[in-house]
Amino acid sequence: MAIQTEYDPDSDRIMAVAFGPQHPGAGHFRIKLWLDGDYLVRSEPDPGYIHRGEEKMSEYRNYIQNVPHLERPVILDSSNILFPYALAVDELMGNKVPDRGQYLRVIMSEINRIISHMYFIAIEGLFTGHTTLITWCMGDRDFWIDLASRIGGARVTFAYIIPGGVRNDMPEGLTEKALKTCDWFEKRMDEYEKIFFNNPLVLARMEKVGVLSSEDAIRLGAVGTVLRASGVKSDLRKDEPYSHYDDFDFDVSSLDGGDSWSRAYVALLEMRQSVRIIRQAFKNIPPGPVRLKLGPQPRVPAGEVYARAEAARGEMSFYLVSDGSPRPYRLKIGSPSFKNMRVLPHLLRNVHVADIPIIYWSLNYWPLEADR
Amino acid sequence: MREKRLKVTAPSARIKELATLVRDELGFDHPSAVCGVDWIAKDEIEIIYFVSSVSRTGYQDFVVALAERIPRGNPVAPSLIDVWTGVEYHEREGQEMLGVNFEGNPYKGHFLLPEDWNDMPPLRKDYVSPGR
Repeated sequence: MAIQTEYDPDSDRIMAVAFGPQHPGAGHFRIKLWLDGDYLVRSEPDPGYIHRGEEKMSEYRNYIQNVPHLERPVILDSSNILFPYALAVDELMGNKVPDRGQYLRVIMSEINRIISHMYFIAIEGLFTGHTTLITWCMGDRDFWIDLASRIGGARVTFAYIIPGGVRNDMPEGLTEKALKTCDWFEKRMDEYEKIFFNNPLVLARMEKVGVLSSEDAIRLGAVGTVLRASGVKSDLRKDEPYSHYDDFDFDVSSLDGGDSWSRAYVALLEMRQSVRIIRQAFKNIPPGPVRLKLGPQPRVPAGEVYARAEAARGEMSFYLVSDGSPRPYRLKIGSPSFKNMRVLPHLLRNVHVADIPIIYWSLNYWPLEADR
Repeated sequence: MREKRLKVTAPSARIKELATLVRDELGFDHPSAVCGVDWIAKDEIEIIYFVSSVSRTGYQDFVVALAERIPRGNPVAPSLIDVWTGVEYHEREGQEMLGVNFEGNPYKGHFLLPEDWNDMPPLRKDYVSPGR
């Protein structure tokens, strides 16, 4: 019997199934699937189960009160969601952030990128049935969380990057510990490559699965690891260097495959670059103050600004409109998961049901970040 | 806005023409975000498409903001799905959060809001959050 590849809602062969929102792999997210036996003919994402109205909430709070709740949509990557917000407010106020503050922003941003990517490849390991990788990654990730908590004072939500700089300086004597962590982690990444990325079983499950061409990636507005795994060298840290990123020597990682394996492997390559940046930042960090004194209710002049930063999942953008009052008139969060969501129905068709979790997670989709 | 950011406001009837020009002639091929702002004092809703370029060398740090202002009482705007496919979900968000009717975008349900939401669009300025 021929497999039906075009969706026909009247056909009695087609069965509509919900993937999530209680599915252990889907997170707080539902994908509507239309199946022909074991074959997926069409899918449609259904987000919104954890929409918290962050944008509306920010209109009721002043620019400093907005800091803690704005990092909640993506607590794995909390420094990188605050980064463009701080850049936006700094730009409107004309703040000149001290050099040490800029370096600490970079350090925290890169540590957060590693924490987030480790979670990503850990769960990708789980979905391919590779339980060693998830236990290794979750364990190793804790060393970075430990390092971040020494700087930011908490394990996940640091509220560290704030308008005018960073909240506090790092403790003395941390450089040695950080450099040791970098050395050790590089050896661990070699082992991840051996045990997972070059594993024939993993390759059989992930290679050529969910292939996204570079034309489609651009057209659909994909960002971050998804875009770079499809052969597009686009990284805001290089393209639009903010916070002294142009001081650091690093490469933009990209792969030409466009498949699920490439999207996972590009995260590993990015972690190697992050380690390079962290090492340089700790060695060259200048002395001096870490932030400007803005007070509890800074005055932000009227104006509008569109600020972007490269978060772990891709381009995080904030559009901020100020009318000169103590609170934002409008704050739009352009989160990378929301941008990458459009890729999901494009990839989740004409595949087998067993490939759904692998393709879905390879997009590094974080439902809370998309729903905001 | 600062250097490397360009905001162009166009009449709603010509936004599609301008968007095609920005994509084909200037090479801004990558949709970045779509934002709606409720200017309640002027009785207008502003819709802004932020687009960037990933293909055109030397313009990767440039963002073009295409804006249009439509009346608040009858917020109808043409959809730009045909120009940038990636704006589809962003427009869905604008439709439910600000009540804008994007002509050409087939989706008319609730995307981020609950299915049974029957209040006004929540990002309008006259919507007051519960408890405020």
